[in-house]
Amino acid sequence: MAKANDYESVMARKPEVMLKSVGIDYSKFESGSLAFDYERMMRETGYTLKEMQDIQLGVNVGNTPVMELKNLTELARKCAPAGKGARIFIKSEECNPSGSFKARRAANAVYHAKKLGYKGVISATSGNYGAAVASQAAIAGLKCIVVQECYDSKGLGQPEIIEKARKCEALGAEVVQLTVGPELFYKFLLLLEETGYFNASLYTPFGIGGVETLGYEISMQFREKYGKDPDVVVCTNAGGGNLTGTARGLIKAEAHNTEVIGASVDLGGLHMASDGDFNRKSFTTGHTGFGVPYSSWPDRSDVPRSAARPLRYMDRYVTITQGDVFYMTECVATLEGIENGPAGNTALAAAFAIAQEYGQEKMVVVQETEYTGAGKHIQPQLSFARDNGIEVKFGDPKDQVPGKSIILPSHPSLIKVTDIDLDHMRRSLIKTALKTYNVETPTEEDIAFLADETKTSVDYVKNVLKEL
Amino acid sequence: MVKKGEWVRIHKIILKPEERAPQVPEDTKKVPLEMWVKGFLDADAEIGSEVSITTVTGRKETGELTEVNPCYDHSFGKFIPEFLAIDKQVRGMLFGGDE
Repeated sequence: MAKANDYESVMARKPEVMLKSVGIDYSKFESGSLAFDYERMMRETGYTLKEMQDIQLGVNVGNTPVMELKNLTELARKCAPAGKGARIFIKSEECNPSGSFKARRAANAVYHAKKLGYKGVISATSGNYGAAVASQAAIAGLKCIVVQECYDSKGLGQPEIIEKARKCEALGAEVVQLTVGPELFYKFLLLLEETGYFNASLYTPFGIGGVETLGYEISMQFREKYGKDPDVVVCTNAGGGNLTGTARGLIKAEAHNTEVIGASVDLGGLHMASDGDFNRKSFTTGHTGFGVPYSSWPDRSDVPRSAARPLRYMDRYVTITQGDVFYMTECVATLEGIENGPAGNTALAAAFAIAQEYGQEKMVVVQETEYTGAGKHIQPQLSFARDNGIEVKFGDPKDQVPGKSIILPSHPSLIKVTDIDLDHMRRSLIKTALKTYNVETPTEEDIAFLADETKTSVDYVKNVLKEL
Repeated sequence: MVKKGEWVRIHKIILKPEERAPQVPEDTKKVPLEMWVKGFLDADAEIGSEVSITTVTGRKETGELTEVNPCYDHSFGKFIPEFLAIDKQVRGMLFGGDE
């Protein structure tokens, strides 16, 4: 008998479809209460660092160069108080085969899919990850489907996402393009059922483990070149995998004194599932629309227990404006002779401001960059914004209203980060965990788990619980 | 007439407005969930007719035939002169002006 394909029926089949398409029995790591054994999940379902390095080396992923941006550092120093202005570095992840760090995540997922005998891989993503999965699937000789949220109801596509579709198709993938809405997941489930392909989710241990090599490389490259670990690593934060994987890699390198800072583009006030807001965003990723909800509750992803848990690793979380990122992207071109994609420069714009808080002997690394091209470039993105009625002008970026205006800083000294209240986020995570798992009296194991989840202590969690 | 085997793009309504997920915002709830897919046309057909295609992964999809040899038309957009002002400003700060 044919299965019912209405929205409710398909969504109800999610657990069985996921088990079949990811091959992980998440129940093995559950405690029965809200806690689950995150580290055991990462260990038993993923790969060791050495294995991941070998997998990536075999497909020309990783070992990307670290570059010092001396002119940008000099510009930051001109904006900073006397004696301040840490050295700014980037890890040139656009050198990966698919043009972004996402190749690391895809390399492991696709390797695993092939090992388990899947004939193809599917990924639900409008971003660089699609191109990365397509690229790795091409190398592995697997079929690949990428499902994108791409158009609004008028059929108007985000230029950045259309470029990603082009790239996926150029690398041999089938691209399924949809209009705005969370029901993308519905079509995604139907495709998994229909094809029996592997779900190359961004949130499995393979997807996150693949980024550990990035954090580890940073530490090794800095020790070799500069004799010590960097002082600060800034990560663009959306779904949390970039920051989680990088931080875990740094820990595996025993770079315990390196501060890990998350950065997202402020898209406050715009609804991510709104048809009307869709083309009023000039960033399709790296923004608060993903970064904030996924950090304060990681288990909203397409797998039962996400391997991306950024609040476990974040020392600080900041936002930066769209205008700041566009400005900084132009600065990299005109001062450093490097053109790269704007979304990947979210962390760079934040790093430009953060470096001004540190002494000149300190080193701040932006841990990834991405490729650029038609559609996915500051010109078309600002041109598209203007065409959609967004005001683009010079001024003080803090006066921006996401969806209404993009304010390019009239002077680089106006580029400032805004700190997100991590305490608030931690409380929110604790509250959501209790609610989601219907736990009234958390066990000792739950409390220890929540302390890990929030990078706090048992006492901190107990205090929050008392206040609830 | 578009010939069987040609590379085409189709369009399909996946969910009608009333079939959409309960959690979608009001503006999204008013419109259908639409899909576009590319593949090889399974039988001769006219633009605008209901057709079946075979995608590069070998899947079958049906929908309205919209385009033959669909092309990419994304670009670098209209020129944004503000970038020239940024260049002048930051190069001036680091390397001095023209004088």
